[in-house]
Amino acid sequence: MADMADPNPNRPALALHVPEPRSRPGDPVNFADVEVSEAGAQARPDEGCAPGEMKDLAYDLVRVLGDDDKAHGPWDPKLDPDTLRTMLGHMAMVRAFDERMFRGQRQGKTSFYMKCTGEEATSVASSMALASDDMVFPSYRQQGILIARGYPLIEMINQIYSNKGDKLKGRQLPIMYSSREHSFFSISGNLATQTPQAVGWAMASAIKGDSRIAATWVGEGSTAEGDFHSACTFATVYNAPVILNVINNQWAISSFSGFAGSERTTFAARALGYGLAGLRVDGNDALACYAAQQWAANRARANQGPTLIEYFTYRAEGHSTSDDPSGYRSAQEREEWPLGDPVMRLKNHLIAIGEWDEDRQAAMDKACAEEVKATTKEAEKNGILGHGLHHPFHTMFEDVFEELPWHLKEQAAQATKERKIKWPDQHPMDGAGK
Amino acid sequence: MNAQSKDINAAEAGTERRINMIEAINEALDVMLTRDPDVVVMGEDVGYFGGVFRCTAGLQEKHGKTRVFDTPINECGIIGVAVGMGAYGLRPVPEIQFADYIYPGLDQLISEAARLRYRSANEYIAPMTVRSPFGGGIFGGQTHSQSPESLFTHVAGLKTVIPATPYDAKGLLISCIEDNDPTIFFEPKRIYNGPFTGFYDKPVEPWKKHPDSVVPEGYYKIPLGKARHVQSGEALTVLAYGTMVHVAEAVCREKGIDADILDLRTLVPLDIEAIEASVEKTGRCLIVHEATRTSGFGAELSALVTERCFYHLEAPVERVTGFDTPYPHSLEWAYFPGPVRIGEAIDKILKD
Repeated sequence: MADMADPNPNRPALALHVPEPRSRPGDPVNFADVEVSEAGAQARPDEGCAPGEMKDLAYDLVRVLGDDDKAHGPWDPKLDPDTLRTMLGHMAMVRAFDERMFRGQRQGKTSFYMKCTGEEATSVASSMALASDDMVFPSYRQQGILIARGYPLIEMINQIYSNKGDKLKGRQLPIMYSSREHSFFSISGNLATQTPQAVGWAMASAIKGDSRIAATWVGEGSTAEGDFHSACTFATVYNAPVILNVINNQWAISSFSGFAGSERTTFAARALGYGLAGLRVDGNDALACYAAQQWAANRARANQGPTLIEYFTYRAEGHSTSDDPSGYRSAQEREEWPLGDPVMRLKNHLIAIGEWDEDRQAAMDKACAEEVKATTKEAEKNGILGHGLHHPFHTMFEDVFEELPWHLKEQAAQATKERKIKWPDQHPMDGAGK
Repeated sequence: MNAQSKDINAAEAGTERRINMIEAINEALDVMLTRDPDVVVMGEDVGYFGGVFRCTAGLQEKHGKTRVFDTPINECGIIGVAVGMGAYGLRPVPEIQFADYIYPGLDQLISEAARLRYRSANEYIAPMTVRSPFGGGIFGGQTHSQSPESLFTHVAGLKTVIPATPYDAKGLLISCIEDNDPTIFFEPKRIYNGPFTGFYDKPVEPWKKHPDSVVPEGYYKIPLGKARHVQSGEALTVLAYGTMVHVAEAVCREKGIDADILDLRTLVPLDIEAIEASVEKTGRCLIVHEATRTSGFGAELSALVTERCFYHLEAPVERVTGFDTPYPHSLEWAYFPGPVRIGEAIDKILKD
């Protein structure tokens, strides 16, 4: 190697900083550096507020649920008990669904699954603050939106199993859902690509004088992608009616949020450089999540501009079924995490206001688990991954283009011919074979 | 009688309307903005200014700022928002100012626009037409001269269209805008103002003298996937597109070669029937493109001709291409696959 010594020894030597998380496996965990603001202490500006006049909210933490499990301050959305119970029910269902699907993957029923444990409020509560026809461009960890919007569980499971009932025809990795009927955009596996797309949808809605807005969800790690910068730039340039939700769960597979810049500033503060409204919210406080999204939706719908919301939360489980978090972070983090569990906090709030009790909670959890179990059994009738029941062969070639060009017709014929050789016992094109 | 032959007759009668390729593209956009309220045109400098090559001149004034507008210098964003607009139901026509600038938008094109219909099982589509000037010959150096078409023909779900005349440019662009699949529309900028023949030291002829500069007003379409038979001949088949159609045609004319020349117009979907019919007739095939050679679209054409017409071939298929270097500024005419390179290849094919 060539001698790389500084030719000028009188100057101080430079040093590269490579971020390190607060703890690695086996280390003691200390979250003392995490500032937890007092619930109810944050001002709630008017939705038309200029971004420069609400800078503090990009560094603070909007919280509604206090240690006493009561709702506090101007951000309290003052939801009625039925709505709160519905919210809790959706979050409980998401958790039950995640548990079952994770186990299903371990049992070999599918290739892949991703839980959102600990982050349920960031999708369930926030999407409940939108109109059902507002368009959402989620990342892969917002199954809570589909459940909150009433998408049938069996469709989710069919997709996860890539079976013959899968509306996406077995083409997508499990959990990459799509439902136009539920104003839920097709999930990509490439990160942050949905963010400029959401801005484009919102621009289109504004071009047409529509009243629907768009919202997108992206992980804090993916905000490092250029697409996110594109989204923020286009959002601010065209004052697009869009909400950019950043889920800061602090981990991107094994890379902590420091690799997206969290050691220097908050993700909500990204908004300030663009002239976007920025809010930083307790992502484990369902009421704060709802309130922030509602504020941003009101702002967008009134043509007053886009908002970037950072939800500070914690990814309580691994990234997916394909990684083991005990290999890169301390298991104690989950225990010590100071913002608690979003389901427990909402449940405790309902109990604290006299609208819920442990027995009803237990009955609800049981009912969720049973519904998921029964629906899973039902979906399994359509097949599980790799066990034969999938869409017919020719569907592989459909939808590449609107019409099949000659070269795909030729390749489809080849696939059919191969099928007869590989699996001679099955009927061609019956959708019931390998 | 089709629209083209009708208007060429009109040209002979001296009553025709002749325009260049820039005007033809501008007309196609104008026609579609007028016909379809879901069409929007956007890109760097396309709004008030009307585009660095003037292709969008006057469109913002006529159709309004929310139909024709400038964008940030951000190709990822331009393509990304076009995907979202398509999902909404618009029919965006983004311009990438030079094909050389398209790379920051590739993930949005390759992973998103091209696969959206497939991955969503037809729930969402990306009916966008990405217009972009491409190719060299204008002393644009290595960042304003590239021909990256094979990057796009390699992607399942994208259509790639390249016009060679004003008449085709208008009719093909209208087809692309109406098409429900994402389409890359590369405009050979060397022939925006005239059909460049590759003899760079000779004066440039304007489009006015070319029969395909006769362009009907209003709406007409040229179907995607259909090649244009430039001239009929028996000696050899020439497969070309964009600028190189005119260069190959001029070389054959100068050399007195009775060539069967196909302007492919659309690379995906490709008019394989026209190619097969021609090569089966002539038994010899020359492929000409300006893009770099290795893994260029000529390799695909050569493979297809060899696979499908082998027993009709009387000589190996030849490719004439740009060299596998960046496009050099001062040595542009040494790089360009012009008359000398094409002439040598023709001699070789006919000798075998």
